[in-house]
Amino acid sequence: MQPERPISPSSLSVKDLRWQILWDKETCTLCGKCTAVCPVNAIELGVFRKRLIEPPVGFLEPPGNITKSYYGVRQKTDPAYACVGCAMCNMVCPNNAIAPMRADEVDKLRFHLDRGGQPRRRGGRRNVPGVLLDRLKFIRISMLTDPALDAGRHEFELRTLLGRVLPPEENLQHIREHGWIPPVREIYPLVIGGMSFGALSPNMWEGLQMGVAYLNEELGMPVRMSTGEGGCPPRLLRSRFLKYVILQIASGYFGWDEILHAIPEMKEDPCAIEIKYGQGAKPGDGGLLMWYKVNRLIAAIRGVPAGVSLPSPPTHQTQYSIEESVAKMIQSMSMAWGFRVPVYPKISGTSTALAVLNNLTRNPYAAGLAIDGEDGGTGAAYNVSMNHMGHPIASNIRDAYLTLVKLGMQNQLPLFAGGGVGKTGNLAANAAALIMLGASGIQTGKYIMQAAAGCLGSESDRCNICNIGLCPKGITAQDPRLYRRLNVDDVAQRVVDVFLSFDTELKKIVAPLGRSTSLPIGMSDALGVDDYRTAERLSIKYVV
Amino acid sequence: MCRLFAITSKEPLSPMVAVEALNVMREGHDGSGVGLFLRDLSGPFEDLKDAPILSGIFSEEGLKRLDTFMMDVGFMTKYKISIKVPKTPPPGVPRRDIYLIRAYEYPEEWEGLSREDLHFRLMTTRLQLRSMGEQKEDMIVFSFWPDVIMLKEIGDPMAVARHLQLDRKELRARVLMAQGRQNTNYAINLYACHPFFIQGFASMTNGENTAFIPIRTFLESRGFPGYIGYNSDSEVFTHILHYTTTRLGFGIEAYKHIITPLQDGDIEKHPNAEFLRRLKQTCRPLIIDGPNCVIGCLPDGSLFMVQDRKKLRPGVVGGKPGMFAFSSEICGLDAAIPLRDKSRDLQPMYLDTAVVGPDRQEVRLCSQKDPLALPR
Ligand code: SF4
Ligand code: SF4
Repeated sequence: MQPERPISPSSLSVKDLRWQILWDKETCTLCGKCTAVCPVNAIELGVFRKRLIEPPVGFLEPPGNITKSYYGVRQKTDPAYACVGCAMCNMVCPNNAIAPMRADEVDKLRFHLDRGGQPRRRGGRRNVPGVLLDRLKFIRISMLTDPALDAGRHEFELRTLLGRVLPPEENLQHIREHGWIPPVREIYPLVIGGMSFGALSPNMWEGLQMGVAYLNEELGMPVRMSTGEGGCPPRLLRSRFLKYVILQIASGYFGWDEILHAIPEMKEDPCAIEIKYGQGAKPGDGGLLMWYKVNRLIAAIRGVPAGVSLPSPPTHQTQYSIEESVAKMIQSMSMAWGFRVPVYPKISGTSTALAVLNNLTRNPYAAGLAIDGEDGGTGAAYNVSMNHMGHPIASNIRDAYLTLVKLGMQNQLPLFAGGGVGKTGNLAANAAALIMLGASGIQTGKYIMQAAAGCLGSESDRCNICNIGLCPKGITAQDPRLYRRLNVDDVAQRVVDVFLSFDTELKKIVAPLGRSTSLPIGMSDALGVDDYRTAERLSIKYVV
Repeated sequence: MCRLFAITSKEPLSPMVAVEALNVMREGHDGSGVGLFLRDLSGPFEDLKDAPILSGIFSEEGLKRLDTFMMDVGFMTKYKISIKVPKTPPPGVPRRDIYLIRAYEYPEEWEGLSREDLHFRLMTTRLQLRSMGEQKEDMIVFSFWPDVIMLKEIGDPMAVARHLQLDRKELRARVLMAQGRQNTNYAINLYACHPFFIQGFASMTNGENTAFIPIRTFLESRGFPGYIGYNSDSEVFTHILHYTTTRLGFGIEAYKHIITPLQDGDIEKHPNAEFLRRLKQTCRPLIIDGPNCVIGCLPDGSLFMVQDRKKLRPGVVGGKPGMFAFSSEICGLDAAIPLRDKSRDLQPMYLDTAVVGPDRQEVRLCSQKDPLALPR
């Protein structure tokens, strides 16, 4: 910009941006790889002019100067092309000559990301670094009278149940009288949460499925994965691997035409049906697949035209009231599979979660409740929803569990917790804490994206462009040029690594607590926290 | 680790037999308390088999309140044992006014009650007394049941036994259970002392119960007034036994399937696979996880022993027809039944339930891998 030119309100300097590109002229080879790889075209070839002053040594010659130009990389300051800090430029640079740096103060960019009156939308996470779950400690260490168990050598059975479990008296009566016993699945307590085919690239999805299949068939770990709201590839629907899949239905009903038509040809029942009423990242808002990502394949699986944005409504529109909706949806889904498949709703963390729960306790077909806390991630949402809406998972799950205890139903209606589990890398510790607060199992998505596919997102607004199909890692992109970067087999391998290491860590937590033969659901005496009010709120011990 | 000892014998035995067995195992307990459970009583109680016996510790005040209360309900004292203790108790044993063992005649209105109602009322009467006692700290009640006497006191088992002069004829019984405490709580609450009792079921345990909180939460939410207390994490073992038997209608063979179910792989191979899978699911919150040896007594007088899933505690059963004992250690067994065929001693392993029935003829060992009798 020339100094004498007028500036517009959204004229920013590099300093005003969230991410600033440091480029080193000395080491740059001008290969152009960085500008080619940049997903948002934040950098371009720059021609720089530089004046060199050459003062003479003697008195005779007059001072002179020459003007030279050189080539390099220039960062754009137009908000539409702002660097997202993904550091792909750094990854491809042969000489490490370029890297994004986080601004040292709150950026000005954020005030200009609503061009055309369109508020910022993005994928990713909430961008709040800490999580309460990290502060919960496991304090009941077995000593002396009950020796700690050996995580490496003792037998462990850390499975959980997904499905309505009848109370013992009723269960035995139904067995005696050959009555209907609701379907119950024995599954691994860590479930890969709903990330749709569409939100994820085909390679990512396939890699996850392969990893899950390997865990089940080769390692005997009954790991399950939810499809998210985006349907399910037809071949998977008709394969024996369907039993490892939790089919999700949500308010857009995407892909359900295909699923329903495939029922007669299914070799196996799916693990369960998850009815999504809400998700932690954008509570009270429906799913959102932006048009960039709706290519022909996605459109075909979802049963929609290509190239249009697919916002799901915030609620299921086909019913009159939510209570009715829940009851009817659960019932009709159960009926579709002859009452052989557990059906449960997933809601976002909310202060009204107990109302939903109370409703479910009276519905004999409800197979559980999944609650997704505010820290849940997403493929696309309005910035404001992600950052400001929702309820933390810890107190939500605790209240729900204690409500079930009051009703004596804590073993009947399993609770699944999600949202921010493993946010700072402590997947097993966070999961164990939630289980001891009362969750029967854990759903995780972002952690899997990070660990199994190398997602670049962080809790400081890095990358987060999952919504526009430009994922530089090919995780959430629908463009083959991008997603071919992700090797399916490598993803599968990483999924297996993640689950195996999670399993070891979980054992390393429960064994010293003297637990091994059953998942310590609701074992709240093992938990402590260094904040009095938190301890009180969660009915756990206050320790300092 | 607490030490446990139980014996069943055709001929009535003095409670001292059990106390002496504890005494030889004293390396393992710190003399911080003793609990005794006597059943199939002899002597004066032989003819009072149906009369409920109240066992507890009372202050003078408490006794007055007890009498008023029992009279109001309509109970008449039929027989009582007065234990007069010396004014100064031995070191470590607190001073008490009255150790009460009193057999009652049922109130007239209770006649014609069904067995179940009768059992329920006996239990609620005990619970009422317990809560009255807790308010004023003037009574502690251990049991209120026909043909059952319980005694618990803080102190070294031998010293307590001598102090209470347990070697008396009236206290002879054919089934004895005793526990010598290894104290893990500083303040000893007698309600935390084993054995525990509910509606004819008694059990005692050593070891910690690491899954205590979820189990307690589950039992408390069953809506059964007897599932309270839990001053000790081991009380849940008694209540699970009661729940399994009375509420679910199982025999003792199923107890272990509830507290330490088979692993999934073994269930698949079991003749009752489908049933056991369901049972494990529905009773999941009752799974124990600690290192525990449980010795218990069923309403019919059978004694049994089970071990935790990893068999982390010692425990041995041995004897001869007419007399069998269950003990934490072999030396306890040796002290009580020295003349027996030791080669036939049994140490129940992680799948076993060892039972000696009321006929006292043999030790029946059932494995979790055996076919299971389905509930009544
Ligand atoms: S960090 Fe990413 S967005 Fe920023 S310039 Fe480099 S490649 Fe482009
Ligand atoms: S790497 Fe891909 S999935 Fe991760 S934040 Fe960036 S765009 Fe989203």
